[in-house]
Amino acid sequence: MQETILEARHIVKEFHDPVTVQVLTDITFKVNKGEFVSVIGKSGCGKSTLLYILSTMDTDYKGELLIDQELMTGRSDVELARIRNEKIGFVFQFHYLLNEFSVIRNVMLPGLKLGKYSEQEVEHRALEKLKMLGIEHLASQKAYRISGGEKQRVAIARAMINDPHIVMGDEPTGNLDTKNSEHVFDIFKELAEVHNQTLLIVTHDQSFAERSGRIIEMEDGRIIRH
Amino acid sequence: MNTKLIFGIARSMMMARLGQTLVAAVGVSFSIAMFITLLSFMNGLNDLLDGLIVNRTPHIRLYNEIKPSENQPINTASAFKDSYNFISSVKSGISRQEIYNSGPILQAVQSDPRVLGATPKLTAQVFFNEGTIDITGVINGVDVEEEMRLFKFRDYVTAGSAIDAKNVANSIILGKGLAEILAADIGDVVQVTTVQGERFPLKVVGYFQSGIQEIDKVQSYASIVTTQKLIGKPANYMTDIQVKLHDLEIAPAVAQEYSTKFAIDAEDIQTANSQFETGSNVRSIISYAVGITLLIVAGFGIFNILNMMIYEKMDSIAILKATGFSGRDVNMVFLVIALSIGFFGGMVGLLFGFIFSVIIDNIPFVTAALPTIKTYPVNYSPVFYFIGGFFSLITTYFAGFFPARKASKVDPVEIIRGK
Repeated sequence: MQETILEARHIVKEFHDPVTVQVLTDITFKVNKGEFVSVIGKSGCGKSTLLYILSTMDTDYKGELLIDQELMTGRSDVELARIRNEKIGFVFQFHYLLNEFSVIRNVMLPGLKLGKYSEQEVEHRALEKLKMLGIEHLASQKAYRISGGEKQRVAIARAMINDPHIVMGDEPTGNLDTKNSEHVFDIFKELAEVHNQTLLIVTHDQSFAERSGRIIEMEDGRIIRH
Repeated sequence: MNTKLIFGIARSMMMARLGQTLVAAVGVSFSIAMFITLLSFMNGLNDLLDGLIVNRTPHIRLYNEIKPSENQPINTASAFKDSYNFISSVKSGISRQEIYNSGPILQAVQSDPRVLGATPKLTAQVFFNEGTIDITGVINGVDVEEEMRLFKFRDYVTAGSAIDAKNVANSIILGKGLAEILAADIGDVVQVTTVQGERFPLKVVGYFQSGIQEIDKVQSYASIVTTQKLIGKPANYMTDIQVKLHDLEIAPAVAQEYSTKFAIDAEDIQTANSQFETGSNVRSIISYAVGITLLIVAGFGIFNILNMMIYEKMDSIAILKATGFSGRDVNMVFLVIALSIGFFGGMVGLLFGFIFSVIIDNIPFVTAALPTIKTYPVNYSPVFYFIGGFFSLITTYFAGFFPARKASKVDPVEIIRGK
């Protein structure tokens, strides 16, 4: 039996402003360790909303969320922040690097926050991640000086710094050209296959989804295929 | 555990907006510098004005007041015990200005641990003879050394030497105004007639200038021995005992105590000069109010800049939160920014405040009325620096508090989705 990393039980999400709209209806599924899962669906079907709930950033929902077989629902802001820090890596559609910092510093930040390793070790690990993604030459650059594709790779390195249980991506290739998209996909693929990294990627890029290990398709707030 | 990281992030955010950060810090520096300068100068001035009176005034004055007895004989007569007695034309009885038993009292007071020093004084009314004209004046017979130690007598002797009043036999230090009237130079001999009608030559060894013209026209100083000789009294004759305490605040209580203990009149400085205290307090309050207003204005500057910074850094805040920084961490980052601005701005402000104070302290300020003053007075009390430093932190803390709380409540989902 494979180890379950992420489990959603009957998750329901409603928006109340200005009128109550049910965005997610009874979402239930599991993600096992080492799986490369794509979530697809049309715009407005609630896949991003689901991702934010799964990532613990959105706490306003009904149902239960388990990460690493621990219940996340109802925990405090500080606890959830710690769990995000330690167990979840995040890659956004827009790179979202901190422009005030250098590339290496951006990658190091979550590691420093976790405080599990000393600063030298975190730096060493960050360099390793950058090397793995083929961008170690950018380490000392300022974050706003590098190209979009490079930024996304830095963001992936940052997501990986604490060896998370799961890496979540919100349209990570949505803002990139074909060549860079391809590159990012290859990185994800390699992470999943070589490093046995669990991945949960929201995308509307059909070809991206089809090449991943498993597809969860959503429509109107429900899972129609998984 | 995260302190270093939080400080690192705060530092990077400040460096990214160095211009704004510096403007905020300069605002704090300016207000702190002004606060320090204003308070130092105001208090210097206060001390100067108070000193005019306080330095020359004993904290407690022991004397014998000539007044009618409170217990008139008729009130003690049993026959009139139940009646209400009207007595008209009450006169003082046979009483002397001299302090009875002065030697033991002086000794007892001097050995009191609360007392810095006690010195006898003898006031004699005299006429100074200038040709055919008699000018009324007062000679204060004092223990010159103690007077110098306790009441800064030397500071007020502007010409000649104060100690000569003791070392030169039959000598006198004239008030500046009085000396001008008598046209007496140092080394001249002036003729003095006592109330009893005896003439006495005294050698002028110095001029005395209190800063108050009216006093300088009538007052003069001589050693107590000379004065006793002048009015033909024995060596234990004195009209006042001047007491200086270690702590000025306890004067009223101690005066009360001495009054009953020695059966003598005792006047404390607070009663004698209450208006000066009031003046000083009002001036202090005004300078504190102005200083704190400046700080609050600087605080609003910081508030604005932090607020702007938070709007600019929304994305960064969202990403920090998404990667595992809690609201508390973000709150800390912005508080650290605010407090750093306050701390470094405040430090620079304290330094500049000190420099401005030194500059003021070196501006010449010469006035005939204040012989001891050469430059503007400044009080370098460290208390102002503590208050200034403390307030720079407090105001910046409050200026940072609300923006920081706002930042900590930023919902990362909204920011990330909103793009």
